Amino acid sequence: MNLFQEFSKGIVRENPLFRLVLGMCPALAITTSVNNALGMGVAFTSVLIASNIVISALRKLIPDSIRIPCYIVIIASFVTVTEMVMHAYLPDLFESLGIFIPLIVVNCIILGRAEAFANKNSIIPSFVDGIGMGIGYTLALTIVATIREVLGAGTFLGYPVMSASAQSALIMILPPGAFLTLGCTLAFINMMQNRKAKKSSDFKVRITEQQVAQPFSSN
Amino acid sequence: MMNNRENLLIVSSSPHLHNGNSVAKAMRDVLIALIPALIASLYFFGWAAAKVIITCILAAVLSEAVAQKIMKREVTIDDGSAVVTGLLLAFCLPSTLPLWMAAIGAVVAIIIGKQMFGGLGNNIFNPALIGRAVLLASWPVAMTSWVAPLDGVTTATPLGMLKQGVIAEQLPSLWNLFIGNVGGSLGETSAVALILGGIYLLYKGHIDWRIPFSYLGTVFVFTLIVGFVIGEGLWYPLFHLLSGGLLLGAFFMATDWVTSPITKKGKIIFGIGCGLLTVIIRLMGGYPEGVCYSILLMNMITPLIDRYTKARVFGGVSKHA
Repeated sequence: MNLFQEFSKGIVRENPLFRLVLGMCPALAITTSVNNALGMGVAFTSVLIASNIVISALRKLIPDSIRIPCYIVIIASFVTVTEMVMHAYLPDLFESLGIFIPLIVVNCIILGRAEAFANKNSIIPSFVDGIGMGIGYTLALTIVATIREVLGAGTFLGYPVMSASAQSALIMILPPGAFLTLGCTLAFINMMQNRKAKKSSDFKVRITEQQVAQPFSSN
Repeated sequence: MMNNRENLLIVSSSPHLHNGNSVAKAMRDVLIALIPALIASLYFFGWAAAKVIITCILAAVLSEAVAQKIMKREVTIDDGSAVVTGLLLAFCLPSTLPLWMAAIGAVVAIIIGKQMFGGLGNNIFNPALIGRAVLLASWPVAMTSWVAPLDGVTTATPLGMLKQGVIAEQLPSLWNLFIGNVGGSLGETSAVALILGGIYLLYKGHIDWRIPFSYLGTVFVFTLIVGFVIGEGLWYPLFHLLSGGLLLGAFFMATDWVTSPITKKGKIIFGIGCGLLTVIIRLMGGYPEGVCYSILLMNMITPLIDRYTKARVFGGVSKHA
């Protein structure tokens, strides 16, 4: 598999949120505005890239039996760095993301990439995998947040997009709106995937579907 | 053709006897039972009520047809279940609601409340109440702007007044509550019309007396005790019984065949649970009315109630022989 494929798989074929259904907790909680989603995505991506590189570099030194605690320590260090940087330079975003920045530590995508990719591959592919997965997750968060913000607040990135007379549906930026949006988006993507699978006898799609079936951890 | 059919041995699983009932017939009877409340809402709220009701029914039937077409299911708008959902939804909306909001409520009720769960018979929640809950969460101001019947002056619902601490003398009289001459949602105000419809459904055997009676009974007993404690008379439980969406909910929504328990004991537990939740929300919650949420919450645990109240199977092999 070449580097470009490593990069692109995280965006479409194995999109962490839409295809692997991982990282649901922040996806439900912070997608009330596009601003939050982008901020979360950038914080997440930087932690993922850094932890992928370090875990991949140390993969031969980390004893197999205690690898999970080791990964957590590495990930937690980068999360702390990210949190402090955000607190110093982006205090507003830091306030609105709140507890979900420290919770990146237990984000199952990051641990999942460490376990599934970084500890088996060398540094460059791990770095590219981190970028791809990070962008894929950011993109997915942004899509969910766009739907919710436009319908629920009538704005996009804080700028009004609806006419002033249209009253936006408050429920979309409340918790039920998160579940409705994510559920409908997932259903739509699965529908498109099924159509594609029906049209072509290409069994690559089946493989991705099996990967989707893996149990996702709660975080 | 006839000969061929006569020679066939028809093998089917039980039940073998059919009483000739069908979804369409049952839904027609529900619609008949709703006619008194429909007349009352048209009389008290006039043309505005008609517009909301027509919008809701049209949006419900259309979205059912479109959803079933898209999902490649059989289109079953002629069984009347979408009409019932649309009408019930309209009955728990205020007459001043903008029509596009009413339409969104009906679309949400059918698509999210019903078709996404697999269509008629598979929905966990009462679709009409899902529509109302979504509307209430989305546009709380529009959903709680009430007008007085007949003259259209802005007013509060009887329960809203009670919540605000209006003294007993200024609350609407029990007679006005009984005939429906109070502010409120379209179909919920007239107690007498709803009771007539409920009796028709009970007479026709479409609903079991256990759910409405245990529901209303729980509310009555609970508020009687509360009324006694806070030093109010018998009017207090009667006021709770006749106001708000309680009668509409108890006769037409809690008894929904799909979303209520099937066992006899389960139906009573369901009714008592609805009653307790309704009174708790009314007296202690942030909202003046709790029928919608209490029924939705009890819908959620209906499978659990059914599982624990299943009748014991006789004639099995005893473990301790």
